Amino acid sequence: MNAQSHHADRRNFSVAHLADRAKFIRLETLRLTRIAGAGHYSSTFSAAELFSALYYAHLRIDPTNPKWEDRDRFVLSKGHAAIGLYPVLADLGFYPPSKLDDFTRLGSAFGDHPDMKKIPGIDFSSGSLGHGLSVALGMALAGRVAGRDYRTYCMLGDGELNEGQIWEAAMAAGHFKLQGLVGIVDRNQLSIDGPTEKVMSVEPLDDRFRSFGWEVTRIDGHDLPTILETLGALKPAGEGKPQMIIADTIKGRGVKYMELSLDWHVGNLVGADYDDAWSEIEAGLQPLETEKA
Amino acid sequence: MMGAAGQDQSTLFRGDDNELRLKDEKSVRGTPAKSMPAFILGDELADLAETDPRIVVATADLANSSRTRDFANRHPHRFIDFGIAERNMITAAAGMASCGLVPYVATFASFAAILGAEAIKTDCAYPRMPVRIIGHHSGISMGFYGTSHHSTEDLGMMRSVADLTVVCAADANQLRAILRASVDHPGAMYIRLGRGRDAEVYQDVPADFAFGKATKLREGSDLTIVTTGSQVHASLAAADRLAADGVSVRVIDMHTIKPLDEEAIRAAARDTRAILTVEEHNIIGGLGSAVAEVLVDEERIPFRRHGILDEFSLIGPPAALYAHYRLDADGVTAVARELLQKIN
Repeated sequence: MNAQSHHADRRNFSVAHLADRAKFIRLETLRLTRIAGAGHYSSTFSAAELFSALYYAHLRIDPTNPKWEDRDRFVLSKGHAAIGLYPVLADLGFYPPSKLDDFTRLGSAFGDHPDMKKIPGIDFSSGSLGHGLSVALGMALAGRVAGRDYRTYCMLGDGELNEGQIWEAAMAAGHFKLQGLVGIVDRNQLSIDGPTEKVMSVEPLDDRFRSFGWEVTRIDGHDLPTILETLGALKPAGEGKPQMIIADTIKGRGVKYMELSLDWHVGNLVGADYDDAWSEIEAGLQPLETEKA
Repeated sequence: MMGAAGQDQSTLFRGDDNELRLKDEKSVRGTPAKSMPAFILGDELADLAETDPRIVVATADLANSSRTRDFANRHPHRFIDFGIAERNMITAAAGMASCGLVPYVATFASFAAILGAEAIKTDCAYPRMPVRIIGHHSGISMGFYGTSHHSTEDLGMMRSVADLTVVCAADANQLRAILRASVDHPGAMYIRLGRGRDAEVYQDVPADFAFGKATKLREGSDLTIVTTGSQVHASLAAADRLAADGVSVRVIDMHTIKPLDEEAIRAAARDTRAILTVEEHNIIGGLGSAVAEVLVDEERIPFRRHGILDEFSLIGPPAALYAHYRLDADGVTAVARELLQKIN
């Protein structure tokens, strides 16, 4: 399968459609949070446009053949954002959307973190932070050993960059010159205990990954045309530098009272909190307060 | 098998590097090098890889100690040296396994099983990836390197991970059988090796080897010694000495710690008068604990666990340590006699 031709037929989706799917991701996240009584909604809101662009426009995948050997791999290293990915996979046809109605109930395939053995379309289980880039590294090495041209994508949280294993994997990817490995940092600025730069600083991210041998692009992770352009400019699998996209995002983006607030990492939304969030998301992304000022 | 044409393999995998070339094999204390487990690891895997393109081998800067360099020399494009980054190696192996490969990753047991425990649990066992984690130089076999390089906790830790097969090799021939049986075995596996200087137990590759099915090496009626890995040879020697005293000792090589051959233990409890477990491991958590769990549930029989008695080992040459901790033929014989005196 030729990567370019396959990518091409998935790139017909308009920015308006992708924005609508990002809205869908946020609304479904709200709905599922309510079913579970808790959820990492704000970590999904920061990644909604990235999920939308990757899954609806970019990744080489086939929902009718989840184990297709030549598919692009996607590892959600920040596994707690799975609540935003499950609806996408259902929407694409990996499984019926009704499967999500018992989200997190006893025996459900769908928990707070994704399980590859239970959910079609999940390429690897995650949950323990700091592992995903190593998993993706292994997938990229396997592609090289087997002579396949798929790319391996890994979405990382910024807080998990505190984990040492991330840098073991980053070092190895540079050493092995795995151009087919694509990292995406959802740089939403916050981990549980506060701003990353106060809890354990991760910047300068660009320089750090560059010094480990990566090609680095830094973008606005909510701007769909920019995301599409950046994904479209990725180099094919082969020997070269692994590619890192640092996506500057806003934790809780789309719901004003959450944006950049520390109070909304995980939990339930009830009453006016839920209704306000729903109607704000329904109205579509509004400029940030800082942008309007 | 190589991917895109024209790639410079030597920049990707270190197998072509001169420093990893096979050095002259030497015999150690009169034992031919080829009979020692660590010395056959790379070659046996390379043999298996001749006909199975799924097999890849990795190490964490220990290509020489593990002899995985022998694999690297024969299959350089399927050998990956991850440098001193064990967690990354184990997790990346799980990623490779998810794409259809069967990775064998080898490093010192202390770093494979203990440093790598969470990666083994989360990335290998939980998603049931066919990763084979090989912990060599286990127990106190690294002698004067000290506690950081000893692993007397690995069996206990690995045994408590669901869906993980845990197996110990007594010598080179049994390791060959383990490796051959492992290729298509479902799920993740921890394979525990000694230092590579274990004396021969099996004259040939055991044809009847099966995971979870213990090997009865001696029949007996007075005492059963249940042992594993590096202690099988000493236990057999102890059984021979006790036989000279007229004591009939059954010896069971419990090569698979998990799943445990519970029936072999129940049979020993029925057929013999006492059970002694012998292992190069803390008596907490390993083979002794596993056997005790079966006995406490189902049988009442005089029983003793022998191994490292919940302490960090002294510094010393391996042979001196084995004598000190009574994990040689003399020591196991003495411990067995103590147990027999209690019941007589």
